[in-house]
Amino acid sequence: MTIADLYPLLGVAAVVLGFALRFNPVLVVVVAGLVSSIAAGLSIGDMLALLGSAFVSNRALLLFVLTLPTIGLLEYFGLRERASMWIASFRGLTFARFQIAYLGIRQVMSMLGLTHVAGHAQTVRPLVAPMSLAAAERSIGKLDEEASEKVRASAAATDNIGLFFGEDVFVAIGAVLLIQGFYARNGIVLEPLHIALWALPTAIAAFVIHAIRINLLQSSLRKQLAQRNQQREDDAQA
Amino acid sequence: MLKLEYLYWLVGAFLLATAFFNLRACRWPLVGFWALLALPFLFGDAMLAAEKNGVRWPVQAMGAAVILLGLMATRIRLGGHAESRGELERRTTSAEQLGNRLFTPALGIPALTLLLFLAGTWLKPGGVSLFEDKAITLSSLGVASVLTLFMAMRTTGASFAVGVREGSRLLDSISWAVLLPMLLATLGAVFAATGVGDAIAMLTTQAIPVDNRMVVLLAFAFGMVVFTVIMGNAFAAFPVMMAGIGLPLLIVQHHAHPAELGALGMLTGYCGTLLTPMAANFNIVPAVLLELRSQYAVIVSQIPTALCLLVVNIALMALLVFR
Repeated sequence: MTIADLYPLLGVAAVVLGFALRFNPVLVVVVAGLVSSIAAGLSIGDMLALLGSAFVSNRALLLFVLTLPTIGLLEYFGLRERASMWIASFRGLTFARFQIAYLGIRQVMSMLGLTHVAGHAQTVRPLVAPMSLAAAERSIGKLDEEASEKVRASAAATDNIGLFFGEDVFVAIGAVLLIQGFYARNGIVLEPLHIALWALPTAIAAFVIHAIRINLLQSSLRKQLAQRNQQREDDAQA
Repeated sequence: MLKLEYLYWLVGAFLLATAFFNLRACRWPLVGFWALLALPFLFGDAMLAAEKNGVRWPVQAMGAAVILLGLMATRIRLGGHAESRGELERRTTSAEQLGNRLFTPALGIPALTLLLFLAGTWLKPGGVSLFEDKAITLSSLGVASVLTLFMAMRTTGASFAVGVREGSRLLDSISWAVLLPMLLATLGAVFAATGVGDAIAMLTTQAIPVDNRMVVLLAFAFGMVVFTVIMGNAFAAFPVMMAGIGLPLLIVQHHAHPAELGALGMLTGYCGTLLTPMAANFNIVPAVLLELRSQYAVIVSQIPTALCLLVVNIALMALLVFR
């Protein structure tokens, strides 16, 4: 190995630097790709071909935009408002119970391979986020902007964690096949099910840990609200 | 059989429609951005087929377009168009009128995706599959989205044009963030082709004492996390760390169990995915979709869970891998 083999690492440095200096992420990524290609000594023609064909090959990642007309239309007619009205009508439903239930459903669904059934565009923005807000308003109280931001961010985080730590238990697509394929190419033959089995302990741990965190978020929001009300009373008395 | 490419054409048409709405509103940067992004969806298969036959100019032109998209993105502001006053009231009134009927098309997206997935997996009329075998879930999602648009039009009494317009408005509000996942996957391919992974694996093995299996295991685990954070994708990190450390050192030299190491190693990488802006479709796009003030709010919310799970995973590996 020579020093020249290390030049492409400049692309990684470009990514880290770009994100640290808060340049537009799209620009950072394009520049990092160019830096890595030039450092590796690719010709302009090879570089453009590599960028172009990799970009086209990954276009499946944008297929979710087909859900936007449905979601946009329903939102125009008040879907998000309706979602929060509906959740607010359940008496016993707290914010924590709602998000933990969603976490569990999302995890089980992705264990069954249904990873695209839910997602940030499909379910989180139109349903889970407004429902979380409504459940929080009903079980905690009126949220200020900062609290609302935390509740919405937690909705997205819950979706991610449910997805990531469920899908590895599913045998027929994605991670498990990638692992099995890697071993097979290197002469180690494994059953996909055997690999998927070892993802179960982490899946359970993920559910438990994140459920605890959702509960902690609920109690910290309650505490903040109580403090704010106390302060207001003190101010009123003074 | 419904080929995935037909759905890509629909995406292309939708992107062109969005460009058209912006053209009417004279928002020039968005017009160019969406029109350019429509190209890989309208002509993607043709470009890849041409490259296979040795005709490289279409993919090279696409490469130039990618660079151009990157430059245009800097001219676009996130967050979409301002909402006119009275919009919230109008929506609330409409929500009260339509009631829970609004949920049917929204829940139709997951429900129909599930149904189509099952049909696509089990039904093979005349030996012909409904969808391409490698893309059953994705195709199901695409078809479900189209069907639910018609359901939503029935429920609300709105026209197709209003649906497309409101979809475009939503797309405008996500704006350049929509491009990040594709770009990051592209960067992953560039990194792989230019040998970034090999360089990192080489550096790691030179830096650690390879005779101590716990140290090697820790290097593997942290390597998965760090590399996933850099690449934004555990799938990209896995083959690199396995080829560099997992296979030669842990499995061959220290006799680690491969199934346990593979599954837990991948999940250790997932902890890294929760931490990185490079996994834009999971961490940045939702922050924009949910109109959060900080682009990093979702990541901040995930950090404690990710770190706890990292500890759990490393402990599980230490216990299970060398049994």
